[in-house]
Amino acid sequence: MQSAVLVNLSYIVASILFIFGLKMLGRADTARRGNMISALGMLIAVVVTLLDRQIIDFKWIAIGLAAGAVIGGTAAKLVKMTAMPEMVALFNGFGGLASLLVGWAEYQKILAEGWAGYLMRNTGTIQNFTSTAIILAILIGGVTFTGSIYAYLKLAGRVSGRAKVFGGQRLLNIMVAALIVAAGIAFVTTGAGPNSYSLFIALVILALTLGFLAVMPIGGGDMPVVIALLNSMSGLAAAAAGFVIANNVLIVAGCLVGASGVVLTIIMCKAMNRTLGNVLFSGFGATDAGAGGTAMEGELKPISASDTYYVLEAARSVVVVPGYGMAVAQAQHVVKELGDLLEENGTEVRFAIHPVAGRMPGHMNVLLAEADVPYEQLVEMDNINPTMPSVDVAVVIGANDVVNPAAINDTASPIYGMPIIKALEAKTVICLKRGKGTGFSGLENQLFLLPHTRMLYGDAKNSIQSVVSEFKNA
Amino acid sequence: MELILLVFIFVLAAFLGFELITKVPSQLHTPLMSGSNAISGITIVGALLAVGSAGSQTINIVIGTLAVVLATINVVGGYVVTDRMLAMFKKKEGAKK
Repeated sequence: MQSAVLVNLSYIVASILFIFGLKMLGRADTARRGNMISALGMLIAVVVTLLDRQIIDFKWIAIGLAAGAVIGGTAAKLVKMTAMPEMVALFNGFGGLASLLVGWAEYQKILAEGWAGYLMRNTGTIQNFTSTAIILAILIGGVTFTGSIYAYLKLAGRVSGRAKVFGGQRLLNIMVAALIVAAGIAFVTTGAGPNSYSLFIALVILALTLGFLAVMPIGGGDMPVVIALLNSMSGLAAAAAGFVIANNVLIVAGCLVGASGVVLTIIMCKAMNRTLGNVLFSGFGATDAGAGGTAMEGELKPISASDTYYVLEAARSVVVVPGYGMAVAQAQHVVKELGDLLEENGTEVRFAIHPVAGRMPGHMNVLLAEADVPYEQLVEMDNINPTMPSVDVAVVIGANDVVNPAAINDTASPIYGMPIIKALEAKTVICLKRGKGTGFSGLENQLFLLPHTRMLYGDAKNSIQSVVSEFKNA
Repeated sequence: MELILLVFIFVLAAFLGFELITKVPSQLHTPLMSGSNAISGITIVGALLAVGSAGSQTINIVIGTLAVVLATINVVGGYVVTDRMLAMFKKKEGAKK
């Protein structure tokens, strides 16, 4: 009894540390300490759990902890900053699957000792409550797992990042969801005993299928929203697992993550002027270029690296608009070098960061921080836009939708209404692009066709490198 | 433990979560996400209890151990990667003139 009180008191301490940690993560000057504090909370939670009298065998615990720590630690140390979105997606998926397995393990225990014995041992639990919680942990955890893994594959480029839609897709998803509800109700009402085992397995499979199907119609450009949402769901899965084993620290921590993930998801949706439903179900970007958009006239005007140098050399203020292309080309370091050269030349250099640039929230900030770009040079969209007309040159590096004027002036465009960085208002626009194709979302970009836009074709890193060498040779 | 108390805790934690994360500068969105992702690895507590009390049934041991491995990857990886990112932010501030 004494140890149970100690364990629960320690869980309260851990919860408090999580709360402080999260709070501090939200502010630049305290973020790193906040992360440490939340890690300390986790350490306390793990250590006191090992004191729990339920635990009788430590062999597999030791093996599991060691294997997980080595794998997780190594992956986290080695991952490149550009690959951060897929790494977070992968970790997230593992957390979801772990919650699913916690629910499953508890079900196995119930099967082994029967409900009567189980309820006797766990006083205060109710059969229907526990079996419902098991279903929720399986469901949320399963969807989080396959959804995250599919998002990981899309982000890592292992499968096409395009949205995949097919006829009857929505109907299929609704059917799978309906099957889950039906099987879940059947599982609980039939007593969640040994006879329900096949129902249980069916639920696991259905949940895994749904996660996969749900992420399928979501295109690469919408990934920031998906990652934020999956993050939230992994927290809710942990909370559901907490209800299964009646553990308060799982419920508190899981729910905190669930709620904060929802807040981030909403921020991301607002930044694209779309509703969550639209992001999840519209199959955005699946159709081919120009779908619904007005046909465009004009031609693409290429520019050479040396001409780019002359334009930049003469500019008094330059705004760099980075996008996913910069991450793909790993160009952040040469971009920083170019920025330094321009500053030495007396040019004002700023970076315009769109909230959904890249593949996860804050992606560009992380990359530019890695390259040592000072924070004051990073300007958020709402602050940079009023100053755009006075900017001499806007350099768009691998960004597409976030600078597409169709969002302002083409009511037929799918991205109409999305706030953009108004690169088009700069006196000259130089767009770095790998080829003439459309971007991740598959939309044509009118910006490229404007009279004052020049296209610098090629790999972003090589292109910037040549401009840098022009500077150095001059 | 009283179940209704657990639901009560859940609801309060939800409101707390919404209040904690408002007006986060976009610079911190990625670390915040990976940091909270690490917290969601709290399910490791459930995994430890599961495998520690698994008994001798093979399937229970397999499920429990797999859960511990996955949750540990989530926790350790999540915290380490978040710290790496935040260290970059910090270094940059130190390098400021």
